[in-house]
Amino acid sequence: MSAPLLTIADVAVELPTPRGSLRAVDHVDLSLEAGRTLGIVGESGCGKTMLSRAVLQLLPKRAKLTGRVMFDGQDLAQLAPERLRRLRGRDLAVVFQDPMTSLNPVLTIGTQLMETIQEHLELDAPEARKRSIELLAAVGIPAPDQRLAQYPHQCSGGMRQRIAIAIALSCEPKLLIADEPTTALDVTIQAQILDLLAREQRRRHMAMILITHDLGVVAGRADEVAVMYAGRVVERAPTQALFKRMHMPYTEALLAAIPKLDAAPHTPLPAISGRPPDPTRPLRGCSFAPRCRYAASDCHHAKPALTSAEIPGHLYACFHPIQMTERVGA
Amino acid sequence: MMQPAVRAEPLLNVDNLVVEYGLGNKTVHAVSGVSLQVARGETLGLVGESGCGKSTLGRAVLQLRRAKSGRVLFDGEDLTAMEGEALRKMRRRVQLIFQDPIASLNPRRRIGDIVSEPLIIAGVKDAAERKRRVHEVLSAVGLDPDLVAGRLPHEFSGGQCQRICIARSLVLNPEFIVCDEPVSALDVSIRAQILNLLEEMKARFGLTLLFIAHDLAVVKAVSDRVAVMYLGRLCEVGPSERLFARPAHPYTALLLQAIPVPDPDIRPAESVANGEPPSPIAPPSGCRFRTRCPRADQQCSAEIPELREVAPGQFAACHHPLA
Ligand SMILES: Nc1ncnc2c1ncn2[C@@H]1O[C@H](COP(=O)(O)OP(=O)(O)OP(=O)(O)O)[C@@H](O)[C@H]1O
Ligand SMILES: Nc1ncnc2c1ncn2[C@@H]1O[C@H](COP(=O)(O)OP(=O)(O)O)[C@@H](O)[C@H]1O
Ligand code: SF4
Ligand code: SF4
Ligand SMILES: [Mg+2]
Ligand SMILES: [Mg+2]
Repeated sequence: MSAPLLTIADVAVELPTPRGSLRAVDHVDLSLEAGRTLGIVGESGCGKTMLSRAVLQLLPKRAKLTGRVMFDGQDLAQLAPERLRRLRGRDLAVVFQDPMTSLNPVLTIGTQLMETIQEHLELDAPEARKRSIELLAAVGIPAPDQRLAQYPHQCSGGMRQRIAIAIALSCEPKLLIADEPTTALDVTIQAQILDLLAREQRRRHMAMILITHDLGVVAGRADEVAVMYAGRVVERAPTQALFKRMHMPYTEALLAAIPKLDAAPHTPLPAISGRPPDPTRPLRGCSFAPRCRYAASDCHHAKPALTSAEIPGHLYACFHPIQMTERVGA
Repeated sequence: MMQPAVRAEPLLNVDNLVVEYGLGNKTVHAVSGVSLQVARGETLGLVGESGCGKSTLGRAVLQLRRAKSGRVLFDGEDLTAMEGEALRKMRRRVQLIFQDPIASLNPRRRIGDIVSEPLIIAGVKDAAERKRRVHEVLSAVGLDPDLVAGRLPHEFSGGQCQRICIARSLVLNPEFIVCDEPVSALDVSIRAQILNLLEEMKARFGLTLLFIAHDLAVVKAVSDRVAVMYLGRLCEVGPSERLFARPAHPYTALLLQAIPVPDPDIRPAESVANGEPPSPIAPPSGCRFRTRCPRADQQCSAEIPELREVAPGQFAACHHPLA
């Protein structure tokens, strides 16, 4: 096995709030090799974005980060701000849920693309322009040369996300973090954007972290999936193993809550009752216990550690793991 | 499955509705001649991509946006011809739930006041009666009235805000609710809670629903029949099971293929129709879907396809429907 491109070791993020310190990320370990896709799945607020911002070293100012983020042989936390800035946008790129987070509303699309390219690659203006047009064409934008002169607000949501992806890909990054890149988009456009990301990833042998709250989005597209809950990774497995032999009640509940196309209309959905725990309150026991249908008394007293399952690379954190044979149908 | 009795007098009958917006000197053709019926007690799902006119249609049904032409018959009466007091009276029977639950609640008002506001507007003067109604609907949507009534919207999550919006829409005892993407802004887990809640409320209060969404799986979960819209026109309408099993319109088939399936053995099909919908300012001639349709031919650009019955209760507007 080759050395991983990215290693997240015991990473924790705490954020100061008026109600006390908030555990946004609670000691996460993950690794990712070049050319592979890691899906990160979990409900809103479970720490997906904070984890990716920890990797990018783009946390809110007062956040406290512990643990190590090794990328391409260097510890990002130790890197000087200037070197970090150059790394981001070049080797380490990101696409956010809201494309306007990464696009500047007052600059034309051409200016934004060309600036990024010229900042990181040694290209003159005509070359950068040519490359911008190629990139826009690659992400499926019709008449790309005309788009260069337009502003983001003149494009639809789907177009803007394509442009944000073009900018992210412009310097051939080694790792692309896509944080809910399609959550704000229609299903048809979502499918196009996910295909686009997969295609560019294969072509560039790029590593990708695909963050979403929908297990359906990662099913056919990630090599490995990590399920997060209340700041922790609670299950992690090669994609096939996760869907076929999941052990975590939370993973099962997330999957069951997705409306199924083959279910008859008016079939009640197995919803997860309640909400994730307040991350500013101390937790005893399993964080999922108040919502878990399998919870027993031990679940409320001790915290289950991540444990290896029978399949290599499959880990879960549960005292009473489900066996897929027992799984009640969705 | 039992067919809903569409042949009986429908509660809502939208007849050849046209809604346009002026944009500078141009016209946005948001809804261009849509006809549909919703039977009493039925849920009609309405799907289509962003910008195809779903919300515009919903708002035009409620007369929040006046139609350029066409009629909206509610319980036999034409809402488009109503004004003033008559319309206000009618509006109590028809309510709307929005996509963005947080934005649709006034951030400076307490939940109890937000939910009782429609009662005040409707002229319910008895404060005790208002309080009773507010308690009743808040409990119905799964909130504890004593805990929530005095709090402000920012203290609640998106899912809870949507519960509050649903409570507000129920407080006047309406017969019909237009749900405009009520779960699109919510997480998978909360989405399931809210969908179940809507189903419960429908049964408990005897509601009829027009349920708008862009996610077909969500729509199927709650709808008896489904209508598919594209760029201001209706493509297909039919019983949910039938439409999902045997879509007749190429656009319905495309939407079905785009749904991410939570099964790693099903490789996602490379996105079939590339590109995005054309501008509703200058929609294509003939069939509006032809610029993305794999079956398009000469006839499709020359003639507007009419809705035709392709199977019992299933209608499609296509010159070359799928078998
Ligand atoms: N006030 C307005 N002025 C001008 N054009 C408008 C206005 N409101 C909507 N439109 C346009 O009318 C068309 C239909 O819009 P509508 O909001 O009904 O779509 P929708 O199907 O509800 O989309 P979404 O899924 O994004 O909510 C779109 O092209 C939209 O840009
Ligand atoms: N800037 C911030 N300040 C304080 N808390 C924050 C901030 N951003 C996010 N959080 C909190 O951190 C936790 C994790 O958030 P986030 O990583 O954004 O979740 P996700 O991306 O999974 O939805 C949540 O409890 C959230 O409310
Ligand atoms: S440890 Fe207990 S509460 Fe937690 S997921 Fe497992 S069974 Fe449920
Ligand atoms: S009428 Fe023609 S273009 Fe329109 S959906 Fe049918 S085959 Fe496609
Ligand atoms: Mg996030
Ligand atoms: Mg809308």
